[in-house]
Amino acid sequence: MDPLLQIENLRTHFFTSAGVVKAVDGVSLAVPRGGRLGIVGESGSGKSVTAFSILRLVSLPGRIVGGKVWLHRDGERVDLLTLPQDKLREVRGGKIAMIFQEPMTSLNPVFTIGDQIEEAVELHQRVAKADRRDKVIESLRLVHVADAERVARSYPHELSGGMRQRVMIAMALSCRPDLLIADEPTTALDVTIQAQVLELLKELQEKLRMAFILITHDLGIIAETVEEVAVMYAGRVVEQASTQELFQNPRHPYTKALLESLPGLEGEGRLKTIAGSVPDLSRLPRGCAYQDRCEKAQPSCREREIELTVIENERKVRCLYPY
Amino acid sequence: MTLRFIFQQFAKNKLAVAGLITVLILFAVAIFAPFLTHHSPTAYDLDAILVPPSASHLLGTDEEGRDVMARMIFGTRISLSVGFVSVFLYVAIGVILGALAGYFGGWVDMVISRAIEIMICFPTFFLILAVLAFIGPSLYNIMAVIGLTSWPGIARLVRGEFLKLRKQDFVTAGRTVGAGSMRLIFKHILPNSMAPVLVSATFGIASSILVESSLSFLGFGVQPPTASWGEILSQSRDFMDIAWWLAIFPGLAIFINITAYNLVGEGLRDAIDPRMKV
Repeated sequence: MDPLLQIENLRTHFFTSAGVVKAVDGVSLAVPRGGRLGIVGESGSGKSVTAFSILRLVSLPGRIVGGKVWLHRDGERVDLLTLPQDKLREVRGGKIAMIFQEPMTSLNPVFTIGDQIEEAVELHQRVAKADRRDKVIESLRLVHVADAERVARSYPHELSGGMRQRVMIAMALSCRPDLLIADEPTTALDVTIQAQVLELLKELQEKLRMAFILITHDLGIIAETVEEVAVMYAGRVVEQASTQELFQNPRHPYTKALLESLPGLEGEGRLKTIAGSVPDLSRLPRGCAYQDRCEKAQPSCREREIELTVIENERKVRCLYPY
Repeated sequence: MTLRFIFQQFAKNKLAVAGLITVLILFAVAIFAPFLTHHSPTAYDLDAILVPPSASHLLGTDEEGRDVMARMIFGTRISLSVGFVSVFLYVAIGVILGALAGYFGGWVDMVISRAIEIMICFPTFFLILAVLAFIGPSLYNIMAVIGLTSWPGIARLVRGEFLKLRKQDFVTAGRTVGAGSMRLIFKHILPNSMAPVLVSATFGIASSILVESSLSFLGFGVQPPTASWGEILSQSRDFMDIAWWLAIFPGLAIFINITAYNLVGEGLRDAIDPRMKV
């Protein structure tokens, strides 16, 4: 069965005066229909840029320089990266939707919620004006907004953060897309609201049989929400496995170090950290990008580019000396 | 920031409110002009030349016997129409050009910015004067020429707002949902950028009225017998020592008119954002 979305060797570089920043450098991922994929990594790992690249939302000085993003539909597949603008606009919001980290700034301050959701419907569905309004209320009810009519009449600044994020989700889902990309959807929210929003996303994803890509730096959220995880570092995927296997048995040194740095429930004294910092993406070393911080690094890690290799089942690791 | 909030802030500024009331009164005067005086602004009465303010002619008459008050009242129509039409024209041009330059950047921005810079180099008033001398003065010509020469200021403002706003998340979110460029520019970003435009346009009305009065004063504006305050002022030069009313009243009218619009403009600016650079 073909995956819904297949990213092949995606490369997105930023051409700055300080050099070429290789934000995404050869990322390949697949999301099955109705599946849940998590992309996890620290700031600067390229996870958000990957998401933006899927919908071609990368703006200058960034440019997608290579790779393909295949969207499978009705037995056919199209490469989103070469799709003409009008077809791409149909995909955006219609087939693939995205929600962002900051719900306040993602909503236009001068329009009501109802107007904004209605626009999403207007752009993708041939519905009469009266029916559009109904669809708006329907979308708001779908995300469990209690007083849908009142919220539809409100402006963004009149709502709380959690409510705004629900509204964003309602807008994203108003056209029943096949895939929802959530870029750090709960980072700006407090913990209790975070839990609510994640529950909501899981519920909706199941109910609408929608594929889901969750991008976050929070391993805890990953553990609870997705089935498959891709760990990114310095623009590349360094490990990919099912959630269970990743957490129980991490193979890449980076993944292992990340998991070890999570504070446990019993206070164990000082937190374990990963020494050093992410390399300058415009001056990546030859070979493995993690070599300067890796406890298992060998001279051979520096010699040539390391491929993402499959080790047992469907697990992939980009390392010469995985655990 | 809702409309109601802006109203409330504006209302706290007594001067601004006074300005607004004055503007509304002037509007009423312009609209109801024929009902406010039984004299005609253009009918001359050679038996009543240069009559000082009196019972039958409240503000006196001019050198052709025309009632000054009637001319003043009908003159409001000229000022208002020039003010609003020319501003409307140049705001429309400036907003479109500024939006395109700010949103698209690249060569579109380069071309438009150079055009703005070239236009700004010209002293506007003399440019207007030169063009009018060429095409002939008339009310419509004045409106058109002011409209076609004053757009650079607005264009620059709008361009600045667009440069700021196009990077905002709600624009990206709009694109994510499938909105195209034109929709994003005119439906989404534009309403968010109108605040400084509104303030600038209000000051612009005052400015346009002044330009029209100056042009009429120099003889390049509306031609007699149409009544314009600047025109009355122009005629008054020859009769200043014997007919003070011909100079004082039009001058006062221009002053009050312009000050009112300026006060409203400042009030708007302070209500929306006191730090606005307009």
